[in-house]
Amino acid sequence: MPEIPLLDLLPSGLQTLTLILLKIIAIVTPLLLCVAYLTYAERRVIGFMQVRMGPNRVGPIGLLQPIADAVKLAFKELIIPAGANRFLFILAPIISLSAALSAWAVVPFGPDRVLADINAGLLYILAMTSMGIYGVIIAGWASNSKYALLGAMRSAAQMVSYEIAMGFALVGVLMAAGSLNLGEIVNAQAGGFGHWFVWPLLPLFVVYFISGVAETNRAPFDVSEGESEIVAGFHVEYSGMSFSVFFMAEYANMILISVLSSVMFLGGWLSPFEGVVSAETLASPLGSLLDSGFHWFVFKVALFLFLYLWFRATFPRYRYDQIMRLGWKVFIPVTLVWILVIGVAIAAGIGPWFD
Amino acid sequence: MVEQLVFYALSGILVFAGSMVVTVRNPIHAALFLVLAFFTTAGIWLLLDAEFLAMTLVLVYVGAVMVLFLFVIMMLDVNSLVMREGFSRYMPVGILIAVLVGLEIATVVGASQFGLDIVPAPAHHGAGYSNIEELGSVLYTVYVYPFEIASVLLLVAIVAAIALTLGARRRTRKGQQPNQQVAVNRKDRVRLVQMAAERSDLETP
Repeated sequence: MPEIPLLDLLPSGLQTLTLILLKIIAIVTPLLLCVAYLTYAERRVIGFMQVRMGPNRVGPIGLLQPIADAVKLAFKELIIPAGANRFLFILAPIISLSAALSAWAVVPFGPDRVLADINAGLLYILAMTSMGIYGVIIAGWASNSKYALLGAMRSAAQMVSYEIAMGFALVGVLMAAGSLNLGEIVNAQAGGFGHWFVWPLLPLFVVYFISGVAETNRAPFDVSEGESEIVAGFHVEYSGMSFSVFFMAEYANMILISVLSSVMFLGGWLSPFEGVVSAETLASPLGSLLDSGFHWFVFKVALFLFLYLWFRATFPRYRYDQIMRLGWKVFIPVTLVWILVIGVAIAAGIGPWFD
Repeated sequence: MVEQLVFYALSGILVFAGSMVVTVRNPIHAALFLVLAFFTTAGIWLLLDAEFLAMTLVLVYVGAVMVLFLFVIMMLDVNSLVMREGFSRYMPVGILIAVLVGLEIATVVGASQFGLDIVPAPAHHGAGYSNIEELGSVLYTVYVYPFEIASVLLLVAIVAAIALTLGARRRTRKGQQPNQQVAVNRKDRVRLVQMAAERSDLETP
């Protein structure tokens, strides 16, 4: 526990409260910075994939672009359409962002580096991410606009469908790890590259990440925005800061899905060279890089975020009925079958994972 | 002390949300108040160390059931004027039923049956206590038959629901066949024809 000056002057109840608040700030501030620079990375990466430059004017190689964007959005007028439900219209982006941020409470960044080390961590994350739908539905309904309502309907149906596949994929993870606690799930994958759950749970891993892309309404599953069909979907009536809050929630959710994929399938902060590298090498300067640590966590998350951007640059948008078919008729049967396979594998004690 | 404050705050919101569900005019507002009621109930369950039940309540009822509810309500054109017709005519019956239900609830969970001296408050467990583990250990041993019967009933309900939506229309199905769409070959759809760029029978000027 780091020493914080002046903390001892407070009464003990307030001390805990201050400490928790400081921890929340320590998680949320870097997260929002990541969100800002993810938008920049997205525009640059997709730009290079499409053989153009992307934003490169504001600051060195365009690095100040997200800040310029934020300032621009903050100074735009907040328009509430006539006939809109004022209270719910303002509430919707707040729900979106708070649902996206609250799930971060149980994310482990390293051994014992977690805000709330609760037993039901996996369930908590499922419950909180499912709350995000309300932001979309309420936004669509409160806008008093047909396009917004259509977008909300599409995304509600889509998110409910993909949540089932996602939940089943997580059932596989909790069977393999024997725990709902995210820290223990990571610890169950200790022992190097071959011990990660991505190998025994490969189908679930694929289903989980693709469902995560669908759950965050990202391309190629972004029918709820569908700018060529329904203008911009649920947030068509939003402007200025209220629009940017939706935007932030979407990117925070992307980072969350990437974090969860790396924690549950790629061993979180664990190094792939565990058990391969000898103790002398670990003591050398290079060793700290090869050892398990926060940098591996960041690296894995960045890998998934890159996949998100790559998908967006590569795939055309799915048709709505094909999205539903993929969710219900492909993903759910695959996860159900694989849960059975895992059950057999656990009973038989196969491999380095289930012994 | 803090726990009691949290409890009273949550129950206050719960009672407020519950009464708004039945009094508010707009059905969508009513559904949203029901969501609030579920969410605060989950908070109260958390105070009882029942984290599994609380999370499941949020996950199932708030995350799935109420979303579908809202989905349906938004599609419907609810005419509240027609629904309010005959309010005064039904009111005596309604009040009678409300009083009866209230009395029944009071006799079952009132202070004489459910007071602190008869049912003591559950003791708080330490940090290592796992509610899920406790629940699983009785669910799969002591209550295994009721649990299995309930799951079979749910399975039958799922099969019946799917059969009801599918049964009559299966023969005259107009839906698309995605496997055929995916299996389409280029040569089934496109024919490349080799031909001269100009017509040979025309005189060139």
